Amino acid sequence: MYDAPHTERAVSQKDVKISANKVQVYYGDTHAIKDVDVQIEDKTVTAFIGPSGCGKSTFLRTLNRMNDTIDICRVEGDILIDGENIYDKRVDPVQLRAKVGMVFQKPNPFPKSIYDNIAYGPRIHGLARNKAELDDIVEKSLRRGAIWDEVKDRLDAPGTGLSGGQQQRLCIARAIATEPEVLLMDEPCSALDPIATAQVEELIDELRASYSVVIVTHSMQQAARVSQKTAFFHLGNLVEFGETGKIFTNPEDPRTESYITGRIG
Amino acid sequence: MTELREHIVTAFDRELEGIQAQIMKMGGLVEAAIMQAATSLETRDEELAEKVRAADAAIDALEESLNDEAARVIALRAPTATDLRVVLSVMRMTANLERIGDLAKNMAKRTTVLVQLQAIGGTSTALRRMAREVELMLKDALDAYIQRDEALALDVIERDRDVDQMYNTVFREFLTFMLEDPRNITACMHLHFIAKNIERMGDHVTSIAEQVVFLTSGQKPDEDRLKLDKTSTTLGPNDTADGA
Repeated sequence: MYDAPHTERAVSQKDVKISANKVQVYYGDTHAIKDVDVQIEDKTVTAFIGPSGCGKSTFLRTLNRMNDTIDICRVEGDILIDGENIYDKRVDPVQLRAKVGMVFQKPNPFPKSIYDNIAYGPRIHGLARNKAELDDIVEKSLRRGAIWDEVKDRLDAPGTGLSGGQQQRLCIARAIATEPEVLLMDEPCSALDPIATAQVEELIDELRASYSVVIVTHSMQQAARVSQKTAFFHLGNLVEFGETGKIFTNPEDPRTESYITGRIG
Repeated sequence: MTELREHIVTAFDRELEGIQAQIMKMGGLVEAAIMQAATSLETRDEELAEKVRAADAAIDALEESLNDEAARVIALRAPTATDLRVVLSVMRMTANLERIGDLAKNMAKRTTVLVQLQAIGGTSTALRRMAREVELMLKDALDAYIQRDEALALDVIERDRDVDQMYNTVFREFLTFMLEDPRNITACMHLHFIAKNIERMGDHVTSIAEQVVFLTSGQKPDEDRLKLDKTSTTLGPNDTADGA
């Protein structure tokens, strides 16, 4: 009766990787995230969109406890990854961040060689027993980061000497070197040119096969291009969450409609 | 649908408004073509029929310019949600309007032949009434479009049944006239094509009304309305074709 979907955008029901229930975030007296419930699926790219200050980056940072580093920040509610509450006292934030990798807006390679940029995480987490295993991890990560062919002959060169787009793919390779299960990306392409952006977007699509990817982006076109699920945040509320194709063609909430069509939200 | 505010980039609003103004203009030309074609048939006015034929070029030109403009908006503005549906519906509606224009032109062409033949009873008056009904449906469909009035659009879709019924009736009349006197056959064949043209126009208007529903709700209306054009299974003037 029903034809197969025309695009792979129509995703089937996947396992839930991250489950957030009644999450509140406060910065001092400011209530930055209000009562957010969301189920993020495994092996899916989920985009967070919304105007500046809507809380999308704040919420992204709660997913690997990056907000712990801000003194006045307080998180309430449950965030479960694979059913485990990541705000449980027994959870070590360092271990958590190995499992939930993060890529930032500006490429931030360590002032070390390309090789050491990738090897750093696996070394401190003891993921390699010897040099051969470490070499293996470095090569595998750089290949998955879609940058291996460009750097394989100069692994000893400083990471900071690469172009912006290459640096960002290096940072993505670094984030996946610790074998994370979730990859958080906070505007990973906003400092890149269109070609480098397309390369990173292609990479994100490939990473979807192995990880749950959550991306914050100011570019609605990028959200439409790379994600299968989209969440629209506004004034700290999660206004609408659903299939990306639906959000961009026929959103339910008038606030989502106003925002994505470029009217005042 | 809730009333949406203006875009932050106001040039985008001006472009969308421009497109919609143009499609209303195109709609106006098509409405006139339907009525003039039907009038020229009833009054056996060859001059008016020629005018309808000549006016079709303007309709075709508008279709082309609207499609160019819609493609430009898609390329430059990457419209989403309602904006996207405005552009998509414009592209589909121009195709429907252009087809209606062609059908009216074809009516006018046949009229120039018919004026040389003997008139067939009161059938041209019946055809004019049928054309009038389609023209009113088109006017309402365009009003529904500009006012984003889903209820009016659904009403237009419903009214296509009346046009189908009128077509059934004239179809039977033509059969009767042809059986009565074979000399009527040439004129009746032309008149029948005209009737079929008007019936097809009704289908195109229905399609325009469906675009209005798509624009306002994001969904196509249900395809459960009854098809009342039964002529494809009719055997003769007295066959009601209900047994099928």
